[in-house]
Amino acid sequence: MMVSRQVLTRTSRIRASRARLQNRIAAAVIWGGAIFVAALFAWLMADILWHGWREISLAYFTQEPESAGRLGGISSILVSTGLILIVCLVSALPIGLGTAIFLAEYTGPEDTVSRKIRLSLNVLAGTPSIVFGLFGNAFFCKMLGMGFSILSGGLTLACMVLPYFIRIAEESIRSVPQSYRMGAVALGLSKSTQIMRLILPVAVPGILGAIILSVGRSLSETAALIFTSGYVDRMPESLYDSGRSLSVHIYDLSMNVAGGDQRAYSAALVLIVSLILINFITGLIGRAWSRRMISIS
Amino acid sequence: MSLWQKDKAFLFVLSVCASLAGVISIFIFFFLAKESVPAMAGIGLSQFVMDETWFASENQYNVLPLLWGSVLVSVGAVAFATPLGILSGLFCHFYAPSAIAGFYRSMVHLLAGIPSVIFGFWGLVSLVPLVARIHPPGPSLLAGVIVLGIMILPTIMVILDDAIANLSRLYLNSTVALGVSKWGALKGLILPNLRKQVGVSILLGLARSIGETMAILMVCGNVVRFPTSVFNPIRTLTANIALEMPFAMNVHRSALFFTGLIMMVLVAILMSTAQTRTSRQA
Repeated sequence: MMVSRQVLTRTSRIRASRARLQNRIAAAVIWGGAIFVAALFAWLMADILWHGWREISLAYFTQEPESAGRLGGISSILVSTGLILIVCLVSALPIGLGTAIFLAEYTGPEDTVSRKIRLSLNVLAGTPSIVFGLFGNAFFCKMLGMGFSILSGGLTLACMVLPYFIRIAEESIRSVPQSYRMGAVALGLSKSTQIMRLILPVAVPGILGAIILSVGRSLSETAALIFTSGYVDRMPESLYDSGRSLSVHIYDLSMNVAGGDQRAYSAALVLIVSLILINFITGLIGRAWSRRMISIS
Repeated sequence: MSLWQKDKAFLFVLSVCASLAGVISIFIFFFLAKESVPAMAGIGLSQFVMDETWFASENQYNVLPLLWGSVLVSVGAVAFATPLGILSGLFCHFYAPSAIAGFYRSMVHLLAGIPSVIFGFWGLVSLVPLVARIHPPGPSLLAGVIVLGIMILPTIMVILDDAIANLSRLYLNSTVALGVSKWGALKGLILPNLRKQVGVSILLGLARSIGETMAILMVCGNVVRFPTSVFNPIRTLTANIALEMPFAMNVHRSALFFTGLIMMVLVAILMSTAQTRTSRQA
């Protein structure tokens, strides 16, 4: 009796200490993994920040690039990037918003039509950006005769961001409380008035989020632009001119221009900071808007 | 215009938008197919797997080394990122104090927003020299795996983070009540139940890596060959398109479209498998 109890306590003690050891090892591995990821991230950000800020001055933003970007600034590149972005948004926004309203207000999530459209959009969302580049080059540049131009680049990007834009915009329209729609019906508002005057204004923060996501995607994109909007780093004179986006500028400086690394760092820093800023500002606008909507109601 | 007519016109405009958005992917698919017809007719499908290598100026169009490069670097990246993704998910839910978990999540969120060209640039100037010090030449499969792994980590972590949140909401209280140790709960409960989501995140990670271009193009060295070690440079399908598109003509150009078509189909298969798995779970 005594013996067996001793054996029992001993095995349970061994088991307990083994569990404690396993617990410690697991904790160490998991903390280690997290610290490793954080360290990689810190390395990346610190590297870009440290090397990037040196060459940045007011002149960097106002001068045109010289000697393939080794000298001068990025003014023309910022203008091209902005124009590509505008073309992209102007073409993607109406189509995307229309589709999102259609999916959210006129179809249920499980309808055949909406399932088919959504499947097609999912395929589009998964399509590699370089494939968009191929398509844009063959369709917009060659077939429609736009050549290497800001227009071709912007339209290619529009195809690319459309699925993301629609997904978020649809969600935000769907999340407008059902009671709003019932109230509108009770007041005898037509469906279109109901959507334009009531549903969309309430869904603005979500739609804004969708726009910002599209802007972020467009700013980040390189592969789809290399052979649609091209490499030319001059100040563009019209939408039919080729224009180099900031991301293509980074690529070109680091890969094709000997001694371009320093300026590539600066451009990378500008790109990262603007992406972070855009995210931050949307957060603020979204919050302010929803506060206003709450104070109205 | 009566109210009824206005509504009808409104719906008409919306359905035009929706059908336009809905046909883009089909249109892209057929357009790529149309552009790759000359290659399929002029080169013939057999040459795409029988030629000695991919060397366009000598009319050699074997896609296998490129496809193999894409597969290797993607599988490597997923193998690199998945364990880190699982660790990160567990870290945020069970180990980190909530402030640190919040900070960690926003860091991963930021990581997800960093453009691939910046990852590529960072890889080129920081990682490649490091790899070169271990074993020259530097631009290599290994560098590609690491850079791509960091890039897909957010995709994997976000999926697993949600899944772990669900699981722990369901079961965690009962394990605590039973006095199971933390690691015991993770090993016996969370990890086994996470298997499906890990599968989904692997599929999505693969889909994302196969299509990735810029980062790979910048750190992998772009030599067409079957690599024999992780330090060998490789060229992927995507990098090949980016490199050769600027000067490709006629059949060569068409062959590039054909590889684009292959990739679009490959990614669509991966994505739809992942999606049917997710929906089956729900």
